[in-house]
Amino acid sequence: MREGRPRSFYVLALFFAAYVLFLYGPMIAIYMLSFQGPQGGLTFPMNGVSTYWLTKLFQGTGIVDLGASFRRSLLLGVIVMAVTVVLSVAAGMAFRRKFKAQSILFYSAIASLIVPSIITSLGISLEFRIIDDLIKAHWNENFETSMGLLTSGLGAHLTWTLPFGLLIMFAIFNRFDPRLEEAARDLGATPWQTFRHVVLPIILPSVIGIGLFGFTLSWDELARSSQAIGAVNTLPLDLQGLTTTVTNPDIYALGTIISAVSFAVITLALGTIHMLNKRQAAKGSDAGKGLV
Amino acid sequence: MDTSEDILQQASPDLVRGSETRRAAKSARLSPSFISWLQAGPMMLVFLAFFLIPLVFVVIVSFWDYNEYQLLPAFSGRGYTDTFEGCLAQLPDLCTIGKTYLKTLKLCFLVWAITLFIGFWVAYFLAFHVKSKTWQMGLSLLCTIPFWTSNVIRMIAWIPLLGRNGLVNSGLMKTGLINQPVEWLLFSEFSVVLALVHLFTFFMVVPIFNSMIRIDKSLIEAAYDAGASGLQTLVNVIIPLAKPGIVIGSIFVITIVMGDFITIGVMGGQQIAAAGKIIETRVNALQFPAAAANAVILLVITFLIITMMSRIVDIKKEL
Repeated sequence: MREGRPRSFYVLALFFAAYVLFLYGPMIAIYMLSFQGPQGGLTFPMNGVSTYWLTKLFQGTGIVDLGASFRRSLLLGVIVMAVTVVLSVAAGMAFRRKFKAQSILFYSAIASLIVPSIITSLGISLEFRIIDDLIKAHWNENFETSMGLLTSGLGAHLTWTLPFGLLIMFAIFNRFDPRLEEAARDLGATPWQTFRHVVLPIILPSVIGIGLFGFTLSWDELARSSQAIGAVNTLPLDLQGLTTTVTNPDIYALGTIISAVSFAVITLALGTIHMLNKRQAAKGSDAGKGLV
Repeated sequence: MDTSEDILQQASPDLVRGSETRRAAKSARLSPSFISWLQAGPMMLVFLAFFLIPLVFVVIVSFWDYNEYQLLPAFSGRGYTDTFEGCLAQLPDLCTIGKTYLKTLKLCFLVWAITLFIGFWVAYFLAFHVKSKTWQMGLSLLCTIPFWTSNVIRMIAWIPLLGRNGLVNSGLMKTGLINQPVEWLLFSEFSVVLALVHLFTFFMVVPIFNSMIRIDKSLIEAAYDAGASGLQTLVNVIIPLAKPGIVIGSIFVITIVMGDFITIGVMGGQQIAAAGKIIETRVNALQFPAAAANAVILLVITFLIITMMSRIVDIKKEL
């Protein structure tokens, strides 16, 4: 074995540090700028320090109702998270057995991940337009539209979150020990009991990871929402709209709030995962601990 | 009549006989393949309703006719002819659509090359130089976190740095390197490439790191023992073994950049034409068949690139 660190270590460590600075530097800049004083502009230097622009957001800027789109994004994110977790875990279980249409589902997921978002979004919008036209022609002339946050919008977000969920499930079951299930079966557990009391507790930390992905991917999703969401806007769509008319630091303030929610969700999820891992390590085996 | 089972039976008849029969009945009713369908079916339905059928509609609508107000469900090649209008007449000069695709490919190539370079070395550092598992986890998480916040925010984060009065310009002015602010920093091809690299290097780091971490370290020791130089080990051992990750990362970055219209719109100051942007413009003008025709063209080009790349590795085997 070679001893000590080679010279390449220091070169690459410096390169890595520069990359991290490149990643975080600009973001830190806008977080700072969102605390500009009331007279502050879009660039440095800071013109006083205040929470003026942050509070101004909640009073409403007059152009768009950010409060409403905030609630819409939150609602959609939570629903996408729940659906992604349930469908991914179920499909992940299915993939442990061979079944027909296995490769169709796999390739659909991969294709959904790599077909450019604008095409998926356009397709969904065309689909719902055609459905609307059919309803208008055959059933109800006054029908407005079936597009919306929880129809076309939800579907559009799921085409983005489900492939990630499925891939994470593959990674989980790659290192899952099936002997644990056999043991449960031998003890007379039903398939549901085996899942509920053996499989789920073991995979729970990663399942929370899937939920984390589901929520944050939906919360920040823009390209797929752009054509498919219908008349209402999500927060990222409003933000994108603001970029063309940006003159005040309130756009940075909005950015800071969106990031704060993302970071809060990440921290919460990572904290829960950490806690579950610790509990698992503590309670994982009681062999030799006595008491019957 | 006093075996334990009988006692149990008297106490709770259901527990012994009931559960046995119920379980038997259940397993008779639910065959394994039926359970698989039950488990995988919902996800399949979502992809069918919101991905596969919409794709079919894109292809169908691309052959429909249209006027200023609505879609006309009648076969027409107008979506395509409008797209390529004047292309033959202009030869050998490229027409608008040709130029747009050429520019998209150029942006795509630049972003791909830069993200590959950064992604490779960042992954290399994490996989081979960071020895402690905790540090490895911590540092990868550090690279992952920005990916979890809004892309638009990460784009506009460049404005205070690159703008006319931004940090870079004022810094350069102060040091006396320039007299006037540099104009091409923001709302230019430069800022588009910069923002795309900033946003999507993550998609390169993760797959490359994943395949590097699986490389058996003793192979590298063996190469070293056999007298290979660092460069030889890199070229002959590490790069071939990290190839699946490189290809998967490349597919991600290329497909994202090919279809991007938001970054190119925001960072290009709505001035730069790109493949995704054409689709958006056509949709805003309510010319759905033309938008769909452009989507089909984009899809075909993306598909060709992916097919070419997946010849190099079997994606399914790598997951």
